[in-house]
Amino acid sequence: MAELDRIRWQCRRGMLELDLVLNRFVERELGGLDPGQLQVFKELLNEQDPMLLAWVMDQEEVPGRYDQLIRRLRQA
Amino acid sequence: MAITTRKFDAVVVGAGGSGLRAALQLAEANLQVAVLSKVFPTRSHTVAAQGGVSASLGNEEPDNWHWHMYDTVKGSDYLGDQDAIEFMCRKASEAVIELEHYGMPFDRLDNGKIYQRPFGGHTSNYGERAVKRACAAADRTGHAMLHTLYQRNVRAHTQFFVEWMALDLIRNQSGDVLGVVAMEMETGEVMVLHAKATLLATGGAGRIYAASTNAYINTGDGLGMAARAGIPLEDMEFWQFHPTGVAGAGVLITEGVRGEGGFLLNKNGERFMERYAPTVKDLASRDVVSRAMATEIKEGRGAGKDADYILLKLDHLGADVIDKRLPGIREIAKKFANVDPAKDPIPVVPTCHYMMGGVPTNMHGQSLAGHSGGTSVKGLYAAGECACVSVHGANRLGTNSLLDLLVFGKAAGEQVVRDLAADVLSHQELPKDAADRSLARLAKLDAAKSGESVHEVGAELRRTMQLHCGVFRFPDSLAEGVRKINEVAQRAGSLYFKDKSKVFNTARVEALELENLVEVAVSTMISANARQESRGAHDRSDFPNRDDATWMKHTFWYKEGNRLEYRPVQLKPLTVESFEPKARVY
Ligand SMILES: Cc1cc2nc3c(=O)[nH]c(=O)nc-3n(C[C@H](O)[C@H](O)[C@H](O)COP(=O)(O)OP(=O)(O)OC[C@H]3O[C@@H](n4cnc5c(N)ncnc54)[C@H](O)[C@@H]3O)c2cc1C
Repeated sequence: MAELDRIRWQCRRGMLELDLVLNRFVERELGGLDPGQLQVFKELLNEQDPMLLAWVMDQEEVPGRYDQLIRRLRQA
Repeated sequence: MAITTRKFDAVVVGAGGSGLRAALQLAEANLQVAVLSKVFPTRSHTVAAQGGVSASLGNEEPDNWHWHMYDTVKGSDYLGDQDAIEFMCRKASEAVIELEHYGMPFDRLDNGKIYQRPFGGHTSNYGERAVKRACAAADRTGHAMLHTLYQRNVRAHTQFFVEWMALDLIRNQSGDVLGVVAMEMETGEVMVLHAKATLLATGGAGRIYAASTNAYINTGDGLGMAARAGIPLEDMEFWQFHPTGVAGAGVLITEGVRGEGGFLLNKNGERFMERYAPTVKDLASRDVVSRAMATEIKEGRGAGKDADYILLKLDHLGADVIDKRLPGIREIAKKFANVDPAKDPIPVVPTCHYMMGGVPTNMHGQSLAGHSGGTSVKGLYAAGECACVSVHGANRLGTNSLLDLLVFGKAAGEQVVRDLAADVLSHQELPKDAADRSLARLAKLDAAKSGESVHEVGAELRRTMQLHCGVFRFPDSLAEGVRKINEVAQRAGSLYFKDKSKVFNTARVEALELENLVEVAVSTMISANARQESRGAHDRSDFPNRDDATWMKHTFWYKEGNRLEYRPVQLKPLTVESFEPKARVY
C-alpha cells in the first residue's frame, strides 16, 4: 500500500506530458501489476524525464526490459 | 509538541535551475546548505525547457548586451525595471560560459564555440532584425542545465532533502525570516529548518489555469508561503499564454503547425482569423491570435459541447506533409487530444505558460518587505520564476527565463554570502510558535470528517481563472471573477479527504498545494481587475491601450484585506541611458 503511494507520488514529473501519461496509467493499471512488473515500473520511474518522453512518444528505441511497459503506457 | 529542529546556514526551497544555481554559490562558499524539493531535483519543471538560454555571446554574428537589454525592456512592455534588466543582460555571457565550464553540453559551431539560434523578440541593433542569441543543448537545454548544476552541487556537499515539502515560512516579531517548516512526504513528519538565510526558488504556478503547459507540481508554493507570512506579491496580473495548447490537456502544439498552413476554425467552420487579421490571418503574432480565439469563445462560437475550444485544422496538408514537416505532431494529437490530425482538427485553447509576477525582490534576490522604498525582509531571498525582480515586466521574452534563473540564482547566493560575512544574519532565537501555523493547517486537514473535495475546488479554481482572467479580459467577467474566486477561497478553507495516512499521502499534499494555488489565483484576479489598461500579457477589452501616465507601476497585492498598493517602475538603468516607452510593435 505504502509502496504504491510512493510510486503514485513519483509519477509527478517535470514535464506535463509525463504527468498525463503516467497518472492515466497509474489510475487504470497500477493495482493490476504483478511484483515483477511493479519492479520494472519503479526502475522506469528512476529514468530521466526526456528519455521517458522519447520512449513514450516512440522517438527513441526502447530498452528491451521496458518494452512491454512502455507499450502499455502508450495505450493508457 | 516537540518538533525536530535542524540548523543550516541557508535553506533553499526548490531544486530547479534557480535553486540549484543559488545553492551552488552557497555551498562553494563552504556554507551549510539544505535544498528542499518536492521531487527529485532533475525532475523540476526546468527540465521542460527546450528552446534555450539567451546571452549576447555574438558567436554567430555581432551582438551585445545593449541590444539584449533593449529587447528585454521592449518585450516587458516597459514594465520591467531597467536596472535589473541591465544587470541581467550584462551578466548573461558570463553566466552561460560559467555553465559551459561546469560541463553543460551546449551545441557547438565548427570552431568549437557555442552554437546560437534566433528566438522570437531577440534582435540586433535595437529591433532591426532577428539575431542568433539562444544557446541550447539539443532540445534538452533545461534537462542539461539541471544535470550540470545538480552534479556540481553534489560535489560541493549541498545537502538535499528530496520529497520534502516546505509548508510555511517562520517569521519572528520583527518580521525577520528564520527558516521554514517542512514535511517529509515519506513519513508525514514535520520538521523545522532553522536558517540564517531562506531562499525561495519554488518555480511557477501555472496550475491555477484549466489550460496550462505547466507540470502538476507547479502550484506556486513559495508564493503561498510568502502571502501567508504577510509578504506582498508583485505584478500577479501578468501571465504569458501560448495560443495553441491541446484543450483539456495543456500540451503545446507548436506554432509551426500554422506556419506550415494549418488554420483555426470556430464551431461554424469559419476561418475566423480572416476577420481579425485579414492579411497574415493565422500567422498573426501570439497575442493577436490568442485574443481572437478568446473572443470567439466568449461570443459563443467555440466548438464542442461546452463551446469552449477552437479547432486547429491541418488535415488538408495530407498525412505525408504532416509527417515530414511536423514530426511528432500526430503522436501528440493522438495521445493527448484523441484525434488524428491527418483526419480531424485538433481542439485547442490559449494556454497558460509562464508567470511574470511573484515574490518581490531587488536584483540581489533580497525579498522586498513592501511597495514603498527599498527595505527588504531580513533573512528572506527569492529567485527564478517565483520571484519578481522584475526583469520580465508585463511579458517575458523566450529564453530569458533560463537566463534569469542563472543570473539571479547566483546573485541571490552571492548576497547571502555577503550578508553572512557582514554578520547581518544569524540564527536568531526561534519563536515558540514557529511551527504552529503549519501544524494547525495539517491538524485541521487531518481532523476534517467532511468538507469540500480538493479535486472539485481545484477544478472550480482553474475554471474560474480560465474563464474570467484568461488571455483576454472582459470587464463584467473580471468583476464576476473576483466574486467567484473569493468564493473558491472560502471553500478551500474547509477541505476534506478520506485517506489520512502519513506515508506519501498525495491527497494531503494536493490539499496543501491547493491552499497555495488559492493565494496565487486570488492575487491574480484582484490585481487584474484593478489594472485599467492593456500592457503586455494583461489584455483588457475595455481598456485596449497602454496607459503610461497612470499605470507605469508595479502592483503589490497584500493578502490581508486583499489590499493593493503600487510602486513606480525603475526606468533608470545602472549605467546606460533609459529606454523611453514606445509603442511595442514588431
Ligand atoms: C514547456 C515549457 C518550456 C519552456 N521553455 C523555456 C525555454 O526554452 N527557455 C526559457 O528560458 N524558459 C523556458 N520556460 C520557462 C522556464 O522553464 C521556467 O520559468 C523555469 O524553468 C523555472 O525554473 P525555477 O528554477 O524557477 O523553478 P522550477 O524548475 O519549476 O523548480 C521549482 C522547484 O521548487 C520545488 N518546490 C516547489 N514547491 C516546493 C515546496 N513547497 N517544497 C519544496 N520544494 C518545492 C520543486 O520541487 C522544484 O524543485 C519553459 C516553460 C515551459 C512550461
